Amino acid sequence: MTQPFRIKGAGTLPHTRTIQFTFDGQSYEGYEGDTLASALLANGVHLMGRSFKYHRPRGVVAAGPEEPNALVGITRDRARHTPNVRASVQELYDGLNATSQNRFPTLNFDIGALNSLMSPFFPAGFYYKTFKWPAKAWDALYEPFIRRAAGLGEAPTESDPDRYVNRFAHCDVLIIGGGAAGLAAAQAAAEKSQSVILCDENPAMGGWLLADSDIQIDGQTGAQWAANMAAELATRDNVRLLTRTTGFGYFQHNMVGLVERITDHQARPEPSQPRERMWQVRAKQVVIAQGSIERAMVFPGNDRPGIVLAGAAQKWLNQYGVSVGSRIGVYTACDTAYAAAFDLHEAGIGIEVIVDYRKVVDETILAQAREHKIEVVLGATVAQTTGRLRINGMQVKTATGEQKEFDIDALLMSAGWTPSLHLYSQSRGKPVWDEASQRFLPGESPQDCICVGGCTGTDSMEQVLAEAERALGNKPRKFDIEDDVSTDGGIIGATGNSTEKGKAFVDFQNDVTAKDIALAVREGMHSIEHVKRYTTNGMATDQGKLSNMHGLAIAANLLKKPIPEVGLTTFRPPYTPTTFGSFVGHTRGPLFDPERKTPIHDWAVENGADFEPVSLWQRAWYFPRAGETMHEAVDRECRTTREIAGIFDASTLGKIEVTGPDAAAFMNIMYTNSWDKLKAGRAKYGIMCREDGFIYDDGVVGKLSDTRFHVTTTTGGAPRVLNHMEDYLQTEFPEMKVWLTSTSEQWATIAVQGPKAREIIEPLVTGADISAENFPHMSVVECKVCGVPARLFRISFTGELGFEINVPADYGRSIWDAVWRRAQPLGACAYGTEAMHVMRAEKGYIIVGQDTDGTVTPHDAGLSWAIAKSKPDFVGKRGMMRPDLVREGRRQLVGLKTSDPGKVLEEGAQIVEDPEQPVPMKMLGFVTSSYWSGTLGKSIALALIEDGSLRLGETLYVPMADEIIEVEVTGTVFYDEKGERLHG
Amino acid sequence: MLLIHCPYCEADHPELEFANAGEAHIVRPREMSNMSDEDFEAMFFIRDNPKGVSLERWRHVHGCGRFFNALRHTVSDTFLKVYKAGEARPSNDEIAKLIK
Ligand SMILES: [Zn+2]
Repeated sequence: MTQPFRIKGAGTLPHTRTIQFTFDGQSYEGYEGDTLASALLANGVHLMGRSFKYHRPRGVVAAGPEEPNALVGITRDRARHTPNVRASVQELYDGLNATSQNRFPTLNFDIGALNSLMSPFFPAGFYYKTFKWPAKAWDALYEPFIRRAAGLGEAPTESDPDRYVNRFAHCDVLIIGGGAAGLAAAQAAAEKSQSVILCDENPAMGGWLLADSDIQIDGQTGAQWAANMAAELATRDNVRLLTRTTGFGYFQHNMVGLVERITDHQARPEPSQPRERMWQVRAKQVVIAQGSIERAMVFPGNDRPGIVLAGAAQKWLNQYGVSVGSRIGVYTACDTAYAAAFDLHEAGIGIEVIVDYRKVVDETILAQAREHKIEVVLGATVAQTTGRLRINGMQVKTATGEQKEFDIDALLMSAGWTPSLHLYSQSRGKPVWDEASQRFLPGESPQDCICVGGCTGTDSMEQVLAEAERALGNKPRKFDIEDDVSTDGGIIGATGNSTEKGKAFVDFQNDVTAKDIALAVREGMHSIEHVKRYTTNGMATDQGKLSNMHGLAIAANLLKKPIPEVGLTTFRPPYTPTTFGSFVGHTRGPLFDPERKTPIHDWAVENGADFEPVSLWQRAWYFPRAGETMHEAVDRECRTTREIAGIFDASTLGKIEVTGPDAAAFMNIMYTNSWDKLKAGRAKYGIMCREDGFIYDDGVVGKLSDTRFHVTTTTGGAPRVLNHMEDYLQTEFPEMKVWLTSTSEQWATIAVQGPKAREIIEPLVTGADISAENFPHMSVVECKVCGVPARLFRISFTGELGFEINVPADYGRSIWDAVWRRAQPLGACAYGTEAMHVMRAEKGYIIVGQDTDGTVTPHDAGLSWAIAKSKPDFVGKRGMMRPDLVREGRRQLVGLKTSDPGKVLEEGAQIVEDPEQPVPMKMLGFVTSSYWSGTLGKSIALALIEDGSLRLGETLYVPMADEIIEVEVTGTVFYDEKGERLHG
Repeated sequence: MLLIHCPYCEADHPELEFANAGEAHIVRPREMSNMSDEDFEAMFFIRDNPKGVSLERWRHVHGCGRFFNALRHTVSDTFLKVYKAGEARPSNDEIAKLIK
């Protein structure tokens, strides 16, 4: 017989469409509108998972997002496998394929359950106490063990093929939660012509109204009233209804994150549809109508499959038409469980007993129980339960100490309802303890936010609806409400004697028991934040929705402190687990980071370049010819450049135009150098420091006129250098008449370097004499190249005769082609960034960020000559005078020569004086740049070494994993020390 | 994500368009060479980092590009006031009034 626990006439599902699905390979049937949990329960399946630590058999407990146990994997195909899906919220679809988790080999027989027998050895703080020493055991033993044992679901091995999208929205009122309170608030706002977004995590609006078979609002059932309200709201232009949409995070300034699940409930999603949509909503006012969550009772053996929250059983019956059993017991401290029991009883299900922890219960409810002929035992506790994969009995201890046994196949429990303060707390509101009702309630919110309904502790439907209207500034209208259910009662903490045999679980998902919390308190954890971390109570994926209040009450009781003094742990986003995909949205693959390409990029691609990323730029790294290794290509590029010429795409250089009458004065402030005496048409290597005296950036600056500088920066540094300049100009020297413009992308820059550089470009240049006499090293001229307006520099980052042609970016490719047409027949080559690095290192030119690290002064880098000491002020001048920056023994930049010329050092390698000294050795410094120099036929390196400039000629050592490399300290210039070549 | 009012654009823009630029109203002396080490330390390293009203600089970096000052309450993240660079620091009385 299929679906033996589907109750005829119960529930609101139409039962028109049967749906086939599988759980652990077994086929089942359910109905359209079911959740996976309700469909499994209809088939009598309670066992849905194994617990995290002890691998205890577990069934579904809750009918909503708070479910701690029934976590399953949902598989669509190899790449579409979602682990840890709560069966209580997964909607059923045709062909749904679900598997249980955290068990081996099967759910019914799980070897990991041996952990349960070993549980005396797994107390709270077990991990902290056990997995400490020896350190080596971590890799070999502890970590693999913990990883295997700590088995929540498994991630898919293939990348996620689904699409996730992102949307911003603004509205007057955002309402989170579409239950009675949320619907009433939405209607109140909509009638005032405000723009409204109402979201609810369920497939339909209505919240608890969908599960309540008793209540009547304006002559309609709760479900009808909710459906009519939602339908009316849907007709309005100023209202957006979002179902299957969770408000997961409340951020600053009324920004709320929502995730809308679009296809997870569909059997065959349209490929054009995104799987999820992330909404970032900025609302003028936020109305939180999150409702409340029922607590489990904490008693020995409270975790057997078949033991469920009373409200969940009521929802499964009244919404899905499913009974959780046929001989049902109830253990409660709250009136609401009676309503659940009566509903089941009226549907023909046997209710064996209601065990009420309270000694006194309202007489009208007891009278109703008598009408239903249900036995009620007051002032009693459930002392133990039995049953391996499903509960089959319970022992009840009565007020007089008498033991009673009941045969049952399901147990409903209710310890009362906890107002959901998650989003309120995330809004930085401080929950306030209400002694009378023994619960935390929302206090004031620092944001424009108001809580209504169950999450404020408001219980009666009449008050809930009135509160929602008042929140929007309306005078509450009168609703005709009948048969509202009492929510009186509740308990926080464990019932009965905690020394009783058996585990009384507080946190089902993390397997934390009442005894664990007691142990944590005994061992000195006196703040709830410590208790939480020591026991892991509330730290599972359900974030303690059922367990936090119990854990707090147990700790407070043992500490003999009032609950508010022990404190409430902080609620953090996300409210429920949220996919990475929804956060990532479109920004994946090629859209993860923007890629910047120069105007000459395509030429490099056509000519076989390998590329390297430099900040966001893609730069040509080297141009291998057929059969060449990278090493061979770089050697050839360097050799050709030094013997003939090379051309290089330097367009990524940052460029800033500094103009205005005070341009030179401003440059004097921003750079360590002096710019007063520099003549128009000349260029200078400039160093920029921060106020602390450390090198921030460098680059060649051309003075085009007394009021115009062409400043270049490092490739990655352009934005921060401009920001740094703007900061000083706007806030420290606002009186200066200076304008700053980023021109990095406006100029394409082509470097032509080598003995034949002039021969290559001379015929292309008009309007300037670029002879050696009239255009010496460090010159700049505005001229034309191939008829295009250009800024031509005579500069060199290779040590050869060199030029850099700047032309408007749109002409970059055509001018490059023209230069290449001249260069190629002469035997010149194009070279990439690697050859550029080798050649600059051969000359001892530093790269900021490679040879400096933010703690290197110009003096340390051997650049004292670039500091204008006579200037009254520049950024970094005072910082450089700090005691630590002028002391002896600072690291200074030097060259290194390896005794074995073929040995290339590793960048970052440490340098010591005596390789025989005991570990840890005293490290003098480290290698910053290191290359094979084909030109010199040996390795070269730069390094920062303590007192480096005093150590020239000294022998030092570089200890590596398998050898010790001997080096000699040298100057930083390895090639053409006199600089004759660049003046050629 | 914060919503920040740029006093130059005279409009609210999302935090993504702005960059925080540290504490406001720190005076960089024009004659720095004569500063004592202690004064330099106080000027360059020591910051208030209050729990309460922070006087701080922001730059509308992906907008008008201007630096401006703001009073932000570090507990609630409320912006009590924004004002242009160069305007005087609000008095403690004014700040106290803004908190209420
Ligand atoms: Zn602006």
